[in-house]
Amino acid sequence: MSKGLFDLAQSMGAGAGVAGAPEFADEPIVSGVSRRTFLKFGMTLGAAAGGGLLLGFSVPASAAAATEHGTRARKAVVAGQASEVPAAGTFAPNAFIRIDRESRVTLVMPKVEMGQGVYTSIPMLIAEELAVPLQQVTLDHAPPNDKLYGDPLLGGGQITGGSTSIRFAWQPMRQAGATARVLLVSAAARQWRVDPNSCQARAGEVVHAASGRRIAYGKLVDAAAKLPLPTNVPLKDPKDFELIGKPTDRLDSAQKVDGTALFGFDVRLPGMVYAAIVNCPVFGGTLQSVDDTRAKQVPGVHQVVKLDNAVAVVAAHTWAAKQGVAALDIKWNGGQGATLSTQQLFADLAEASKREGAVARKEGDVGKAFGEAKARIDAVYEQPLLAHATMEPINCTVHVRGDGCDIWVGTQVPTITRTVGAKVTGLAPEKVAVHNHLLGGGFGRRLEVDAIVQALKVGKAVDSPVKVVWTREEDVQHDMYRPCYYDRISAGLDANGKPIAWQHRIVGSSILARFAPGIIKNGVDPDAVEVAAELPYALPNQLVDYIRQEPGPIPTAFWRGVGATRGTFVVESFIDELAAHAGVDPVKYRLDLLGNAPRAANVLKVATREAGWGSPLPKGKGRGVSVMHAFGSYLSMVAEVTVEGGEVKVDRVVCAVDCGMAVNPRTIEAQIQGGVVFGITGALYSEITIKDGRVEQSNFTDYRVLRLNETPEIVVHIVKSGEAPGGIGEPGTSALAPALTNAIFAATGKRIRKLPVGEQLKTA
Amino acid sequence: MATLTINGRVHTLDVPDDMPLLWVLRDVVGLTGTKFGCGIAQCGACTVHLDGAAVRSCVLPVSAVAGKKVTTIEAVGATPTGRKVQEAWRDLDVVQCGYCQSGQVMSAASLLAQNPKPSDADIDAAMSGNLCRCGTYNRIRAAVKHAAGEA
Repeated sequence: MSKGLFDLAQSMGAGAGVAGAPEFADEPIVSGVSRRTFLKFGMTLGAAAGGGLLLGFSVPASAAAATEHGTRARKAVVAGQASEVPAAGTFAPNAFIRIDRESRVTLVMPKVEMGQGVYTSIPMLIAEELAVPLQQVTLDHAPPNDKLYGDPLLGGGQITGGSTSIRFAWQPMRQAGATARVLLVSAAARQWRVDPNSCQARAGEVVHAASGRRIAYGKLVDAAAKLPLPTNVPLKDPKDFELIGKPTDRLDSAQKVDGTALFGFDVRLPGMVYAAIVNCPVFGGTLQSVDDTRAKQVPGVHQVVKLDNAVAVVAAHTWAAKQGVAALDIKWNGGQGATLSTQQLFADLAEASKREGAVARKEGDVGKAFGEAKARIDAVYEQPLLAHATMEPINCTVHVRGDGCDIWVGTQVPTITRTVGAKVTGLAPEKVAVHNHLLGGGFGRRLEVDAIVQALKVGKAVDSPVKVVWTREEDVQHDMYRPCYYDRISAGLDANGKPIAWQHRIVGSSILARFAPGIIKNGVDPDAVEVAAELPYALPNQLVDYIRQEPGPIPTAFWRGVGATRGTFVVESFIDELAAHAGVDPVKYRLDLLGNAPRAANVLKVATREAGWGSPLPKGKGRGVSVMHAFGSYLSMVAEVTVEGGEVKVDRVVCAVDCGMAVNPRTIEAQIQGGVVFGITGALYSEITIKDGRVEQSNFTDYRVLRLNETPEIVVHIVKSGEAPGGIGEPGTSALAPALTNAIFAATGKRIRKLPVGEQLKTA
Repeated sequence: MATLTINGRVHTLDVPDDMPLLWVLRDVVGLTGTKFGCGIAQCGACTVHLDGAAVRSCVLPVSAVAGKKVTTIEAVGATPTGRKVQEAWRDLDVVQCGYCQSGQVMSAASLLAQNPKPSDADIDAAMSGNLCRCGTYNRIRAAVKHAAGEA
């Protein structure tokens, strides 16, 4: 079982914090003690009371729009954000479930929805045990509270990421549902003076079959609330599951196809103004001076706010704010970063690779094994900086007042958001309310609070609520980037071409050293060496080490697939190189090394069988394969490509996934398909390059994203499994790149050791 | 002053002539279902209908809209193709994060209104201007066909 990037519970010290923006790098911003202390007090702002009423802030600015806007409440699956204190008359047996006297069931969602389907799959877990129809369930975003909603797989933080949501939720959510059910059944049995074992919970009611009596949950909530919490409540046997494992429609579809779903960008408040931002184009640079004379002449512009490394123009609407930014005359101090280039970054990585690394995995005697090897293969793999380019550009709305602060945003880290809110405003944390929203894509970008900190600084200078928005250009040029990496990898082969020595040196940024420094042990960043240090292959002699080398002032962050994306590309490409050198079919070569990893071997067999591995292909076409074990799941993928005139077209991708017990197969298919599309974009096109300390790309014109006409058929086979669920948000992305580049090798004989593929085949 | 017909209702608004329709809809009228994605007509998140045809509202000055009927995602369900597309999107579980889906639905509804039985090439031509970072394209293609009554 892979430890996984974020399985931090054992490795993180009790007091270890989770740091946010780069400026807090040296100072974990959430200390265990203060966090727990302030959470006891909860939010005291009136705005937070009444749970779903928080939606009341999203009101239209004009009366004319009121009717149209008012329809929003109609089908609201996400009603708003739960209050930390349940309303009176509500049965709240735990932090996740609330049932009122009208039998309305509300689930307080500890994870955020950013497309991965947890606002359906987590309710399925609870509904299964609570015995309520899924459609009757209303969802609230959880308020920030690590103690109630923290994820042990993520160091106890209330964080959504690392493909942990279902792995985290599997046990506690079913337990929460079962506990509530037992209480409701007990309350009914007492009322009827019958044995609880003679009663059944069914579709939101308790039923006593012998007497034909039935009673709705809502009529039991007052009595149930007075009963002591039961212990050791048994969970259903998987063979009795009615919901779990059944392909289930998403609960958030209706809102997302009629425009009523509310993302952070959609927040509207009475008196709200809009701010557009221009960030210093050079990383690490600062504002020298700004002439805002012309900007202030733009109709609708109210105010110009100067920050250390950015300027905000505040206006009546976004368009005026953007026009105002365009009219600014700014001088920046580029500082030391002003000469930085992509070439320099990779030269620095190559130089750093000559240092000794921190050992992440050591088996046998690699030096001796290389000495005995009949052949030696050496390779260098390079991977670029990448932007997230979520479809919803960066935005954050704040209202900073002397006596409190409200933050409206879609974030993967609500508690860190509250902490930075307190830090930037100087207010006590309980005076900071975080109103979380649906995320228009996360992919790791919304694990970061850099733009929230910036919005708060703008908000301190503005007397009303202010929505701070970044244009797409700012979003691409001031992201926190997937780091560039440089891997040196070598193998020694015996007479049969089998690897008897394996050495892998990984060089690049440590995101965790900033984000969660407590889990770096002996210089090894478990994200940086993910997959590489835990290969499913039987390799008797191996040495895997890590060298931290930061890309100067360029901020780095997690990106879909995290370390597994980078690691899988390198090792699955290199295994393919070894198979080619040995003259052995790449599937057979892998299977011969997977004797100790039956689940990995199985997905490889299923994927290659379903893909028609070995059947002849016309000239110019090729198939490539990859195998991956990360996030608690196993995935194998076969990509089929056509290479013509240096252009790669992906014709078909076939995946087999063993993610343990499948909770919602429809979501699993969607996540793998989406992960594959994300992976194709990354492998073929994506690259952030730096010149004169600035990002050269700016929008979808030069930071290309795969389009519908370029998308292949993607077939997903879910392997039946009785194991505990694994993650599925990121495996698809992680396994794609090597399957694709191995297919390019099969089609052309050209080995891609540097991503993206880009123009590399055109010069061949 | 601009006089606009949006979703069947007439609005008289004090906005600059060059203000893109997108920001008029979102910031002035309060219809936030239409999304900002790129600002240069490269992603399709801002797609609305102008007299039934799909247009990118982020580059469409409000002055160009006078006298024409604007339909947004909030009202497209009242049109026969809009309703069918929304149903198909729900039936096939298309959405993920959902941010691009207003634009996807608007492009698909316009396609089917003009071409009730689109071929794969027609779908490519109509839908490839709408980016989806979550990668819902397989289901989008299937849902367009589903809405067209082929599946």
